[in-house]
Amino acid sequence: METALKESKCITTEEFLINMGPQHPSTHGVLYLELKLDGEVALGCTVHLGYLHRGMEKIAESRTLTQFIPFTDRLDYIASMNNNLAFVLAAEKLLGLEVNARAKYIRVVIAELNRIASHLLGIGCFAQDLGAFATPLFYCFRDREKIVDIFNELCGNRLTYNYMRIGGVQFDFTKEIEIKIKEFIKYMSNKVNDYEWLLSGNVIFLARTKNVGVLLKEVAINYGVTGPNLRASGVKWDLRKDEPYSGYENFQFDIPTGINGDSWDRYKVKLEEIKESLKIIEQAIGALPEGDPTVKAGRQHKLPVGEAYMRSENPRGELGFYIAGDGSFNPYRLKIRPPSFSNLSVIAELVKGCKIADVVCILGSLDIVMGEIDR
Amino acid sequence: MQSVNFFEVIRAKFPEALQEESTQAIIIPKEKLLTLARFLKTHEPEFDSLHCLTAIDRKERIEVVYIFCSLKAKASLTLKVYLNINDLKVESLAGIWKAADWFEREVYDLFGVTFLNHPNLKRILNPDDWQGYPLRKDFTHPNIVKKP
Amino acid sequence: MVKFLDIIFNTGIGVALLGFISASAMFLIWWERKVSAWIQNRFGPMRVGWHGLLQPIADAVKLLLKENISPASADKLVWWLAPFFAVVPAVMAFICMPFDKNLIARDLNTGVLFMIAITSICVFGIFMAGWGSNNKYSLLSAMRAVAQIISYEIPLTLSVLTVLMFANSLSMQDIVRAQSKYWFIVYPNLTIAFIIYIISATAEVNRAPFDISEAESELVAGFHTEYSGMKFAMFFIGEYTNFFIISAIAATLFLGGWQGPFLPPVVWFLLKTYAIVFLLMWVRWTFPRVRVDQLMAFAWKVLTPIAFVNLLIAGLFLIKTR
Repeated sequence: METALKESKCITTEEFLINMGPQHPSTHGVLYLELKLDGEVALGCTVHLGYLHRGMEKIAESRTLTQFIPFTDRLDYIASMNNNLAFVLAAEKLLGLEVNARAKYIRVVIAELNRIASHLLGIGCFAQDLGAFATPLFYCFRDREKIVDIFNELCGNRLTYNYMRIGGVQFDFTKEIEIKIKEFIKYMSNKVNDYEWLLSGNVIFLARTKNVGVLLKEVAINYGVTGPNLRASGVKWDLRKDEPYSGYENFQFDIPTGINGDSWDRYKVKLEEIKESLKIIEQAIGALPEGDPTVKAGRQHKLPVGEAYMRSENPRGELGFYIAGDGSFNPYRLKIRPPSFSNLSVIAELVKGCKIADVVCILGSLDIVMGEIDR
Repeated sequence: MQSVNFFEVIRAKFPEALQEESTQAIIIPKEKLLTLARFLKTHEPEFDSLHCLTAIDRKERIEVVYIFCSLKAKASLTLKVYLNINDLKVESLAGIWKAADWFEREVYDLFGVTFLNHPNLKRILNPDDWQGYPLRKDFTHPNIVKKP
Repeated sequence: MVKFLDIIFNTGIGVALLGFISASAMFLIWWERKVSAWIQNRFGPMRVGWHGLLQPIADAVKLLLKENISPASADKLVWWLAPFFAVVPAVMAFICMPFDKNLIARDLNTGVLFMIAITSICVFGIFMAGWGSNNKYSLLSAMRAVAQIISYEIPLTLSVLTVLMFANSLSMQDIVRAQSKYWFIVYPNLTIAFIIYIISATAEVNRAPFDISEAESELVAGFHTEYSGMKFAMFFIGEYTNFFIISAIAATLFLGGWQGPFLPPVVWFLLKTYAIVFLLMWVRWTFPRVRVDQLMAFAWKVLTPIAFVNLLIAGLFLIKTR
């Protein structure tokens, strides 16, 4: 009908630009999308970043490695523990430090717990973006709260944990925390089905997500998309399996993958990953080795001359740290390779020909966090 | 980084390639970057993903660092291009890996390296009217206070 | 003298209705918050009054005291008039709302037609708000609202038409009386008509999952993005009044209106209305929003044909039984 209208020339139509963001309810932070619209249909978009740019890489050059750990909390603030882990792994690689087995296992438990928390928030916000008035979001927050409580008891913080240390962790698990985590596994295994009931079987949810924002395998790889978004496109690639770190090689788990790479697959992969993470936590907490995982506070490390790059599987994809040392306490250069940065870069490709509602849906399914994109 | 295995392969094709002692990264003259990139993309083990692109300011030169990754062979490769501080121009890889688009804009924004034939070389993190390149070692700004 | 008394009497009815409408809108706002809270494991408003019962009053006072901001580039006249177009038709629809056997302002012999016609005027309010705001999001929302409301008018009217064929009258009271034996919903034709009515009525009042014209995650808040203070409150009241009206019409047309044993008729009427209100709230807080093209396709490709076929079968059925 639209083309017929245009051809008849009775009505002149024109494209118009709409500013989605920087203040918009569903741009997940301060993202600014300049959408070019033809009525309801998006013809393309320009992405403007940098509203949260805090110059973290520059700050790192005047901090010691230990001092920089709290800054990594503020990258992907939904998954602070994973950021901590990625950073200390990179630092340990550069310094050539070994971590004892208990610390490794504790790190895995904590990282997977935070992965669940992050995926819950991702699913909740995604449903919220689809217009499911906060109900799934509140369900997700209810379950995320349990994890946050565990973290609170463990390290005293609820969002920015600053828990991992170069060479270990800040605090050892107490008996109570171990019991709490075991209880949480039982609790969460049942609750995952709630989401299947509320969202996966919902006709409107299916209609809104299936075949929306199809990200082809080749495109995803070419754009450097990683994490659940890449796996949703059907690529079986997970650093926990393919480049194991921190003792992930000791655990049995599957890598859930999607088929079409649409928004539905991206949602489903996240949901399945929660189940896999529960499996990993169960194995790790059941076989926790003895030892002292803690590190003395305030210990500073002199960086060797050299460079190290270490990446690890964050909930949103591969977070990498490139650290260059010059023999002083401060890194000469520290590059953060955030997963959301590459994941977001694909949006211009995905929104072409979509409705406005789909733009929001795609953005929600990509599950970006602006804190790590802008750094 | 399993760059050691690939160094010989690359060396056979590109005799100009060197290996950096401390990091095992492969150094390639900037004129050869584009041909090497195409070679890496198409030949075994097919580095199909440009995982990371960054730069390091070494005062007299800027090193542009490329980290390629092959999902098929589970291998990665670090490549470096040394750019003289007076001639910060290098070919863009955005035509080969789309991932390079934003990474190169970031390096341009923070280091002032110009990527030739880039589709849209604009500042990405800083405002368009920002002066200077923040991650350079000689960057100064009135708001930056030196630690005592 | 008689005329004077008549004016006083009518004014009295008007004031009573206005009082009822504002009380009902406030109650619905409070109840919606409570129901949503119950669905979402929250408490909802708890501080003002018993279980937050006075919260809507506090909100109303807050909104009254707010500054009246109007965008610099707005089309002032249209922008100012829009909230009235949102509220006034909704209030007018109460004229032939049968609360009881005698508790009705005017039992027009074209009652249903009047109701449907008058509630459709609300779309003017939305469109004027969207146009007058001079905001791209609001304009998009207004376009969506017009397309949506006009499309859903058709299945809605068709489903009401089915009822009228069974009731043989356009008067609201006659329709209620026609259900003295059985509620209309027990007839298979009218069950289908009821479902169609509920779906299209939800779309008519822009409630989730058909709230594409508000769509806060897409269009921020749609047509009332630029409104604040009392003007915003008027949209809000209009929305909730319309919500009450469509539920009341459903109760009257399909569930026997004020008829029922033991309890007083007014109570029955309100009970049935609030049951449907609750159903719609439940839907709103559970389902995601449909997309604009899916919404239109659903109206034209699914609901309208079913409503037509349903009407045809109802006609044949009535010819046969008569």
